[in-house]
Amino acid sequence: MKLSVSSAPHLRTSDSVRKIMLDVIIALLPASVASIFIFGLRALVLILVCVVGSVLTELFVMKLLRGKKEFRPDGSATVTGLLLALNLPVAVSWWQALIGVIVAIGIAKHVFGGLGRNFWNPALIGRVFMLISFPVAMTTWYSPFDLQTTATPLAIIKEGSGTLPPVKDMFLGTISGSLGETSALLLILGFIYLVLRGRIKLTIPITYIGTVAAMSGIFYLVDPAFGIPIYHILGGGLMLGALFMATDMVTSPMTMKGQFIFGLGCGVITMIIRYFGGYPEGVSYSIIIMNSFVPLIDMVTKPKVFGEVKSSA
Amino acid sequence: MKTLSFRGGVHPPDKKRFSENAGITVAPLPEKVYLFLDNHAGVTAKQLVKEGDKVKTGQKIAEAGGFISADLHSSITGTVEAIEKHYHPTLQKPRDAIVIKREPEEEWQYLEPAKSYEDFEKDQLVKRIKDAGIVGLGGAMFPTNVKLSPPDGKKIDLLIINGAECEPYLTIDYRMMLEFSEEIVKGTLAIKRAVDIENIVIGIENNKPEAIKKMKEVCKGTGIKIEALKTKYPQGAEKQLIYAISKRKVPSGGLPMDVGAVVQNVGTAYAIYEAVEKGKPLVERGLTITGEGVHKPVNVIARIGTMANQLIDIAGGLNEEQVDRVVFGGPMMGIAVPRTNIPIIKGTSGITIMTKEATRATERETMTCIRCGKCIDACPMFLLPFQLNLYCDNRLYDKAVEEGLLDCIECGSCSYACPANIDLVKSFKLAKKVYKAMKGGAKR
Repeated sequence: MKLSVSSAPHLRTSDSVRKIMLDVIIALLPASVASIFIFGLRALVLILVCVVGSVLTELFVMKLLRGKKEFRPDGSATVTGLLLALNLPVAVSWWQALIGVIVAIGIAKHVFGGLGRNFWNPALIGRVFMLISFPVAMTTWYSPFDLQTTATPLAIIKEGSGTLPPVKDMFLGTISGSLGETSALLLILGFIYLVLRGRIKLTIPITYIGTVAAMSGIFYLVDPAFGIPIYHILGGGLMLGALFMATDMVTSPMTMKGQFIFGLGCGVITMIIRYFGGYPEGVSYSIIIMNSFVPLIDMVTKPKVFGEVKSSA
Repeated sequence: MKTLSFRGGVHPPDKKRFSENAGITVAPLPEKVYLFLDNHAGVTAKQLVKEGDKVKTGQKIAEAGGFISADLHSSITGTVEAIEKHYHPTLQKPRDAIVIKREPEEEWQYLEPAKSYEDFEKDQLVKRIKDAGIVGLGGAMFPTNVKLSPPDGKKIDLLIINGAECEPYLTIDYRMMLEFSEEIVKGTLAIKRAVDIENIVIGIENNKPEAIKKMKEVCKGTGIKIEALKTKYPQGAEKQLIYAISKRKVPSGGLPMDVGAVVQNVGTAYAIYEAVEKGKPLVERGLTITGEGVHKPVNVIARIGTMANQLIDIAGGLNEEQVDRVVFGGPMMGIAVPRTNIPIIKGTSGITIMTKEATRATERETMTCIRCGKCIDACPMFLLPFQLNLYCDNRLYDKAVEEGLLDCIECGSCSYACPANIDLVKSFKLAKKVYKAMKGGAKR
């Protein structure tokens, strides 16, 4: 009889990184399926290109460039691919999306050491890269179902002309916008699943959305031209960003205090960009900027060790 | 019912059902016992016998080698066969052990006088506890008399009897509370008299309602309070238990007595009763032999130094096909031993025989940290295990110590909770050893 002498604890959770990633994918499914329903087959093509491209890029980098022959996909590349797809307007071509995921995985993720070591959300880096490289395609928006060129609610506010869609449509998702950002209902549904599964804590989404609500409320009271708060909350990428992008474990702070600061920062930067920046939307940039501050935030929000005594010196 | 608790911790399956209904039995006397000179925390004891000496049960065969050390008594009647190195189950290396071969007739040597604790003077009680070689039976084996002798200027005003038994599988403390409740209370009152404390609390996790009920009945009129604790690991860890019950925080690097508290395990309270009222030195203890890998899990009282395999036989033997590891102690902090012919020591609260099925989760693929934060939520000391692990991996030991490495109580909650199956606590245990070796074993 051969006895194993591995170290304690001899009981472990059966949870795994793969299960976490699978849960995120499950949570994103309703919004993904809805995007195909709203924007048609082009949406399906973009999702497939992003997901398959993402996984293939990861395999290429891990096996050929980093020499990890035994590497098996852990689901994180699928999540990145899916998130990037949901962040794209349907007007983007498949090859543009492919370049986006190659940048997301190959550069934003693996240049920094791969899973768990990247500073910035890879999907957002991919998106911003595309925004700079393909500015026209990335800012051309189609209306749902009939795919006519139109403006997003935030662009309408920014320009100060056009007709805003009813709030109900924004909640359900039948408005123009990126693939996965349109339906607040389905994003919240997926998010509730993640919370119930214990995958994500509420701190970042609540502070992020709360900050946007508070700021847009105050600005609206000062001058209604800044836009009705509910459009700032539901009309752009805030729901997708606050619920699924800002909450990325790798690139957000680990303590509750840190997550609070992070959410607050994301909210403020988002609104500054929306009000005063060149773009009508600022979610991606705000999260990327706050990602950069995570090590600093983690450092200053370190919890006090149990029983730690303040040094009397 | 209101339950007390601490922040952090994990909820492993409690697995107590295997042995919780098995009444305590007495194991047959072993043919030989192997008594380590390290049967306590601290300095190795000095042997008082040599090969060929005849010894009685309860006779002192080694004496404390320093202040933090303990006496050792023969646990059977017989002849000293050898003093030789054997594999020590918690130090995990060969250590000197006195091997005694049993003779058919058992003859006891009791401590005199044996009388009611009420008839003892305060100092006599502490001396009796020392003379009986009593150490913390929860597993740490810290000499009990030292714990009960605060240096001048330190006042102890809270005695906590630890009946939490938060380790999964183990049920011996539970059975003791059901079957020896009066003895435990007498032992507790003896400690109360020895240290002159008014405030006494017995803490029991609320997954043991029978024990809570029984202890409440027995403690009526004694002034001892019973508190139900939330079932959560590591509820029975000293600092967490003191916090749960009194909201006092033992300072970093300090001892319970720094906040006026002393914690004793229920088994220790029982041993104190036996030493005081029966004059019996610590030569036997209760322990649970359990796990999916044995046929008939049991709670037994066995002589210190009995080989584990003899106790496993009492539990119906182990299922060779399925067994993966034999653990001295419970699954969270216990030590997996390489073979079963290893003797039990004073701190062995159980032997858990785990099957491959039970330990399967430990074999999961190890992935990189994705900063999910589960280890932070789990750490009852509010450390950042993932961060400490980076420092330890990169041999930045000074930095790790700065970040609280030495505050780690090695409970294993972080490793239990990690979805990436990173062996966090193992890395901390190793880093602590290296750090202490580098600093010449000084400081804490």
